[in-house]
Amino acid sequence: MSKQIKLWQGNEACAEGAMYAGCDFFGGYPITPSTEVAEILASLLPKAGGKFIQMEDEIAGIGTILGAAAAGAKSMTSTSGPGFSLMMELLGYGCMAEIPCVIVNVQRAGPSTGLPTKGAQADVMQTRWGTHGDHPTIALCPSSIEESFKLTVKAFNLAEKFRMPVILLLDEFIGHMREKMEVPRPGELEIYNHPRPKVDPKEYQHYADGSSVGGPYAAMGSGYRFNITGLTHDKHGFPTARLDEIQWKMDRLRDKIDRHLAELTEVEEEFLDDAEIVIFSYGAAARSSQQAVRQSRAKGIKAGLLRPTTIWPFPDRIVTDVLKKCRTMLVAEISQGQLVYEVERCNKSSTPVVPVLRYDGEMITPAQILKAVEEAQK
Amino acid sequence: MANLKELAARGDKFTGGHRACAGCGATIVARQALLAAGDKPVVATCATGCLEVVSTIFPYTAWDVPFIHSAFENSAATISGVEAAYKSLKRQGTVKEDIRFMAFGGDGGTYDIGLQALSGAMERGHNMLYICYDNQAYMNTGIQRSSATPKGSATTTSPNGKKIPGKVQFRKNLTEIIAAHGIPYVAQSVVGNWSDFTKKVEKALAKGGPAFIAVLQPCRLGWGYPPELTAEMGRLAVDTNFWPLYEVEDGKYKINYTPKERKPITEWLFQQERFRHLKRPENQAILEEIQKDIDLRWENLGKKCSQ
Repeated sequence: MSKQIKLWQGNEACAEGAMYAGCDFFGGYPITPSTEVAEILASLLPKAGGKFIQMEDEIAGIGTILGAAAAGAKSMTSTSGPGFSLMMELLGYGCMAEIPCVIVNVQRAGPSTGLPTKGAQADVMQTRWGTHGDHPTIALCPSSIEESFKLTVKAFNLAEKFRMPVILLLDEFIGHMREKMEVPRPGELEIYNHPRPKVDPKEYQHYADGSSVGGPYAAMGSGYRFNITGLTHDKHGFPTARLDEIQWKMDRLRDKIDRHLAELTEVEEEFLDDAEIVIFSYGAAARSSQQAVRQSRAKGIKAGLLRPTTIWPFPDRIVTDVLKKCRTMLVAEISQGQLVYEVERCNKSSTPVVPVLRYDGEMITPAQILKAVEEAQK
Repeated sequence: MANLKELAARGDKFTGGHRACAGCGATIVARQALLAAGDKPVVATCATGCLEVVSTIFPYTAWDVPFIHSAFENSAATISGVEAAYKSLKRQGTVKEDIRFMAFGGDGGTYDIGLQALSGAMERGHNMLYICYDNQAYMNTGIQRSSATPKGSATTTSPNGKKIPGKVQFRKNLTEIIAAHGIPYVAQSVVGNWSDFTKKVEKALAKGGPAFIAVLQPCRLGWGYPPELTAEMGRLAVDTNFWPLYEVEDGKYKINYTPKERKPITEWLFQQERFRHLKRPENQAILEEIQKDIDLRWENLGKKCSQ
């Protein structure tokens, strides 16, 4: 079979990635700059026997995919800042009720309506803490069109396995950029579907121990009886006020992440071995950072790139280790500085950490980052 | 009612120079509504949408009245706050003047995401006029279907193809939903009949209390017709009974205009790109369904008027 090469847009690759992952349900609401994801899935899903519904707003968008996911469909919605804000309550509901789904946020500059057609990376802390209460978060962040495809597939896999909403944090720059990619062949990328229960329905507990990560859980209407609620609940899903059960539920949610950090953490490295100046960067900003690193090397500066593709959970241990070895870490972000505080939190070696920021709606440039590298080198 | 000469002498409170498409109907709605408000001061809010986007591009604004762009879903809630604060300030003697409160929203911001805020404002009884410029799809984000999109209309999320011939569902009747709130004044008007619209805005403002006007607003981009036909497309929607001009004043229904002879809906549909596929013989049944629905809605409206 010959290679399939496509000149895709980030949003298009995301929609195609969803189809590859076996997405069969999309519910959402058009919003710039994410609308292409919905438009393309409106065309692709029905042809594959799936379902596309345009809802009346973003609250309904996430509401309907949670319902579809509870009924057993692999579900997704896509949005941007204002819509993502509206989804916050139900994002927490998805975490609490342990319903797998994928939420794509193609970030635009905010706050509020902000700059609808311009990009930013300023929703990253909202992604982590936007919904109230302690809760687990998994968020992936692509830097290229190919990654937009592959991380969408991965987002579905993680949602299925960890039984929770997974956020794909795109941005307008990657979402609307076009570049060449080779489409993975069927079977080339792993597709994970969660196991279904085999126990006698009388024995079934929807939130049994061992079912929170990689374990079996049933779809509504599949012959198993259980309760789903956003209230803190016991193993059957029924609301509880018992202290031991509350503790059990909250630990269960936390442990999804904390006990699987090695599996969840994913970073890309470039020239890190001997790097004195390391740029920490992700998503669109990492493309400029990569260029700045190569330009620095050409000038004889030992620069390197640390680029997480999984933003949440944050790669604490790796950042701490890299900080110990390098002289200075630059944090290049298209925001007023958000992940720079996470980097600081991991800084056990008092290594200088320098933010390199841009937040006027335009892409951060290699020139700006190179200049910061040169200043750090002095 | 103010005549054309008087209106022309008033001076626009929604001015030209904005960035709307040639032949845009939404800006006509805003300009005529503010003209009809007369000399009294007006505060306007606007939901996210075409009207907001084209009229307030920094550092310019087309609004010569205090203007607030709220979030997409909150135009009615925001004007509620402004009006309630005004009432309080007036009681305290800080503000002396009579001020009029107008909220604008497209069909996305009114029929769909803003319905809850609108219903709440109508039920609480704020002294405000909500005007929906209904262009029957989300034109600002690139023509996606809304619950105001008519059956058979092709949009990017209800495309015409092998599986479906454009939107499958009939549109929601928002005017009746708002009328069910039992508020003092509810009406339907259209771009292309300035005297009907002016009269209704004047009446709504004079009544006091919550009022709602749904204005059918032809959109040359989303509907697909030559820009010079905007007013004509509006009038034709009325002459085919697709969009009856009527009002509900203190619960009493009145049709304001009855066409001498109801034109077949195809006269309106076939001038628009979004319905082009309905000309094909295999879609004849859909045309019949659409015509039947229009006739039924007209008949029901007539019954309400004679009650």
